[in-house]
Amino acid sequence: MWAIISILVENKPGILFKVTHLFRSRNFNIESISVGVTADPEFSRMTITTIGDEKQIQQIVKQLDKMIDTVEVRRLDEYKTVYRELILFKIKINKASDSMEINKLANAYGAKIHDVKKDSIMVELTATPDQINTFEELAKPYGILETARTGVAALQRTGA
Amino acid sequence: MENMNGGRALMKSLEKEGVKEVFGLPGGANLPMYDELFKSNIRHILARHEQSAAHMADGYGRVSRKPGVCFATSGPGATNLLTGIATAQADSAPMIAVTGQVPVKMIGKDAFQESDIIGMANPCVKYSFQPRDASEIPGVVRKGFYIAATGRPGPVLIDIPKDVQQNEASMTFPEEVKIRGYHPWTDPDIVQIEKAIDMLLAAEKPIILAGGGVTISSAFAELQSISELLMIPVVTTFKGKGSFPENHPLSLGPIGMHGHAEANKLMTEADCVLAIGTRFSDRSVGTFEEFEKRLKIIHMDVDPAEIGKNQTTNIAVVGDVQATLRIMVKLLMQKSIKKTEGTTWLKHVKEVKEYWRENLKLPKGEMTAAKILRKLREVLPKESITTTEVGQHQMWASLFFDVIHPGTFFSSTGLGTMGWGFPAAIGAKVAKPDVAVVDIAGDGSFSMTENSLATSVLENIPVIVFLVNNFSLGMVAQWQRTFYDRRMIGVDLKNCPDYVKLAESYGAQGIRAQSLDELEKAIKIGLKSDVTTVIDIPIDPEEDVLPFVAPGTPLKDMILPS
Repeated sequence: MWAIISILVENKPGILFKVTHLFRSRNFNIESISVGVTADPEFSRMTITTIGDEKQIQQIVKQLDKMIDTVEVRRLDEYKTVYRELILFKIKINKASDSMEINKLANAYGAKIHDVKKDSIMVELTATPDQINTFEELAKPYGILETARTGVAALQRTGA
Repeated sequence: MENMNGGRALMKSLEKEGVKEVFGLPGGANLPMYDELFKSNIRHILARHEQSAAHMADGYGRVSRKPGVCFATSGPGATNLLTGIATAQADSAPMIAVTGQVPVKMIGKDAFQESDIIGMANPCVKYSFQPRDASEIPGVVRKGFYIAATGRPGPVLIDIPKDVQQNEASMTFPEEVKIRGYHPWTDPDIVQIEKAIDMLLAAEKPIILAGGGVTISSAFAELQSISELLMIPVVTTFKGKGSFPENHPLSLGPIGMHGHAEANKLMTEADCVLAIGTRFSDRSVGTFEEFEKRLKIIHMDVDPAEIGKNQTTNIAVVGDVQATLRIMVKLLMQKSIKKTEGTTWLKHVKEVKEYWRENLKLPKGEMTAAKILRKLREVLPKESITTTEVGQHQMWASLFFDVIHPGTFFSSTGLGTMGWGFPAAIGAKVAKPDVAVVDIAGDGSFSMTENSLATSVLENIPVIVFLVNNFSLGMVAQWQRTFYDRRMIGVDLKNCPDYVKLAESYGAQGIRAQSLDELEKAIKIGLKSDVTTVIDIPIDPEEDVLPFVAPGTPLKDMILPS
């Protein structure tokens, strides 16, 4: 089972270390993590995606909640949450038509094109992890040279 | 607001917390705070190894239920403390460990005696602080004590760079602190408690499993009331040993790897357990899957993360167990629930208990574990405090040394730290100077912190070391005999050193006891002595601890003496 956990933490040095150390020492796994300061500079928000069975995920949430530096820990409901990830792809251009096709694909996904070169093209896509995975599958035949992926950022919808 | 240096602010903060003694060892990076310790009214108790200083603070903390304080310098001083800190964390003991650190500007430069102790200690502390400015110290100490002592207690590390100890700053000493992400107390949910009562009343074969949380929250009277009102027999975890008087008719003693035969047997027969202040350690329950089969579990604990961690619970009550049990007693009184003897289950419990108390086969001979520990119980006043080391003697103490007065038995149960018992006994004696303190020890464990004899003699903190000496690392030897076809390696200690001479060389008293009469005399001498007494009790190195539940097997597969 896949879960998104949103954690509001004190914006102090060493907290990211403590959170990731907790995952390591309790034998949990981090699939992706993104961290950024919130509008209130006293806090940072961490968004962690993890995989485990129901019991494990409940334990992760409880152990995170027990940490003194975490102010709020929420397991987000996938269906009531806006969650996005950003990825940069460097895709190989083998022949002239490739560039056109990749452009079309990028348009269909609402992706932006950056840095068009003779041999490669860079695409920026902000989407759900599933959409990103599908895009990656479709881009694979051209040859993916490099990727950089941010991890998920997520917020629950108001009133949801 | 007062101007003073960081070291002075530390001492003043400790004094405000009511600290009268600290256990420690000075070094380069904590000299400034030691200089202020010199000028303060706090007594310094010099340990000969930082690990022992931490265990002393731990023993002090468990007995007094206030954080014990230990000091160490940076680098190796701090890393030596780690085993002691991890021990306190595993057993939820309140502790404040204060380490010196290299000056702020030197941090990260691989300076002499620099260690990233905050990073190293992270998984084994409840919380840690590294003040970077002297003015932070009063707040850090106040927060540290608050965190260490409340909720589920634990060790807090305060790592203070040398310049922060030296620098002058304007200090404010807060009375109260607020920590946004820390909510140690939850009010127990009455509805859940009512459900728990209903479940216990509906059960045919209910049992109470009392853990270390009962001792930590001093819920002895409440536990006894519940057991007597509902007429439910009580087993304990090893850490919960002594949370219920072991001479009580409803007491069955500890369950687990070396639990009492009757306790393990009846635990596996029960259909509903009221588990209080326990984390269901593998050493207590055998295997998690088998333990919860056919068993309804009611779990009360102050730490919500313990609910469902190891066992699936039917009803959970989060909150301080004393508060929870008080509500439960009140509800039982209101409903006039008072069970009487005579149920089939209680008759069966009585039969099983009597059977095993009479028929557990014990090895023949005069100086066997059972006989020497029962002798100790016979001679020792009930309110005396006992600590143990880790190994066979510890498990024999669990089996044959009945704790009558609740909250007088302490052991390194979670981390299983050899060498814990003796320094912890010293700490316990500092906390309660008017009661006798005995460390039930083995030779292997005692030798790990035996240099604490210097501390006990020079600081005038007399305790008794009841040294069950089988000239070997007995528990490891037992496993090699049982599981490795007697391929004995690394376990023969060859009666080295001579513990009587060792004790004497430190100025302590050493007595060898080779008969039960000699043992009785030695204990009595030790109880009257104003100096630490080491009673060296040679026993047969081949004696095993039985019953024995092999690791990774369920309680029902307990190996009994043949």
